[in-house]
Amino acid sequence: MSENTSNSPQAFESNLPKSEDVCIEVRDLRLYYSENEALHGINLDIPKHKVSAFIGPSGCGKSTLLRCFNRMNDLVDNVRIEGSIAIDNNNIYNPKVNVADLRRRVGMVFQKPNPFPKSIYENVAYGLRIQGVNNRRRLDEAVEKALKGAALWDEVKDRLNQSAMGLSGGQQQRLVIARAIAIEPEVLLLDEPASALDPLSTLKIEELIYELKDTYTILIVTHNMQQAARVSDYTAFLYMGDLIEFDETNTIFTNPAKKKTEDYITGRYG
Amino acid sequence: MDIEGIGHHISRQYNEELEDIRSKVMAMGGLVEQQLSNSIIALEESNRDLADSVIATDYKVNSLEVEIDEECVQILARRQPAAGDLRLIMTVIKTITDLERIGDEAERISKMSLALQMSDNIRSSLSAIGHMGNHVRIMVHDALDAFARMDAEAALKVWHEDRKVDKEYEGIMRQLMTYMMEDPRSIPHVLDLLWSVRALERIGDRATNICEYVMYLVKGKDVRHTSPEQMEREILGLR
Repeated sequence: MSENTSNSPQAFESNLPKSEDVCIEVRDLRLYYSENEALHGINLDIPKHKVSAFIGPSGCGKSTLLRCFNRMNDLVDNVRIEGSIAIDNNNIYNPKVNVADLRRRVGMVFQKPNPFPKSIYENVAYGLRIQGVNNRRRLDEAVEKALKGAALWDEVKDRLNQSAMGLSGGQQQRLVIARAIAIEPEVLLLDEPASALDPLSTLKIEELIYELKDTYTILIVTHNMQQAARVSDYTAFLYMGDLIEFDETNTIFTNPAKKKTEDYITGRYG
Repeated sequence: MDIEGIGHHISRQYNEELEDIRSKVMAMGGLVEQQLSNSIIALEESNRDLADSVIATDYKVNSLEVEIDEECVQILARRQPAAGDLRLIMTVIKTITDLERIGDEAERISKMSLALQMSDNIRSSLSAIGHMGNHVRIMVHDALDAFARMDAEAALKVWHEDRKVDKEYEGIMRQLMTYMMEDPRSIPHVLDLLWSVRALERIGDRATNICEYVMYLVKGKDVRHTSPEQMEREILGLR
């Protein structure tokens, strides 16, 4: 993490109120799958310690954009990226960036809970062990803190050594979030974190998101617009690889500036 | 946001539900306008039958309010409307409350007209009151028209009319006060008339409320309790 991009050449008027601290700056971001341009020059300032939701129809590029923030797209063949993404003023696409380190700072949770076939304890301790932490007391403390942070501690504290696969879907998803926050990232990326869960587990995840935003900058992709309305402070609407509108969630859901946004969130066409 | 600019919902049923609510509001508006018009005629012409019919018809206005309210609650519960749809539902809920109150005022005017004892003084002020009543009725009509066409500029125009109504109201008040001073025995009758004039003035205020809701519906800006200058900036986009 070295290169400073605050003096990037693109003129871009920030979409955020001045009162917000910017965490992530996206400038003229273009992403190509082979020759196909999937993101057409995205410019976006994402506020620190707030929840920003990405909404849009399937194939609009919201998950693709989300995966740019921890360079998950590097793992996809034939993907080429232009432009820059700066987290705390450091361009993450600088060749000198250590990607493993980046992914430690930018945690990710997927649609389907993906706990490791290990105990609950070891799932949460996994990231720390990789970092070389083996001190039992430190691990105990970190696991407890992460599980409490993910609002799962009370449900699992008596069976930390049982397999994580025995947890319900909602518990597994919170376990995965605990695993992500155990290594104390700065940014959390949530890709449809509740779409495979029942309504009550969904509410627990949403409640958790609300609590986590004090500590983390959270980006969430969701197909459920009401979920975006409930959990997010800011909402970005993407359509066919373009960022159509980014504004406070209250504004997007009561008085969006663009007709495309209005049509999408009210379920209209034509 | 013009009416042609609104596409259709993917859910046809949702479309029909919103259309149904809109047309019920228009029907309720038409009924209230009729009630108001009849109550003014009843007052001007001392037409007791017409006054009775206004009083007897008020329940229809009330039941329409309840019916539309219920449909709005169902849409909120089942559809979770957003953006323009949400603003439409909010506007409808508020508009029908004011329409129902306008209906109540019309009923009140009719009751007053039944109790009114004619004298020369009262007869001579009736034409000014009839003029003011007609002005107010047109305001209600035009406010509903602005709602039907989702026309914020028309709503703003109607909104400005209220100042003229207030002027007329003050003029009539002065006249009525003079009568009371001239002949204190007439005070009870003049007071009856004064309540009717007051009711008309309130109806003008309620019509401006509806205009403010329409401006919110169309522009997404809440212009209540703002200055006329700021309202013009928001609605006409002037700097």
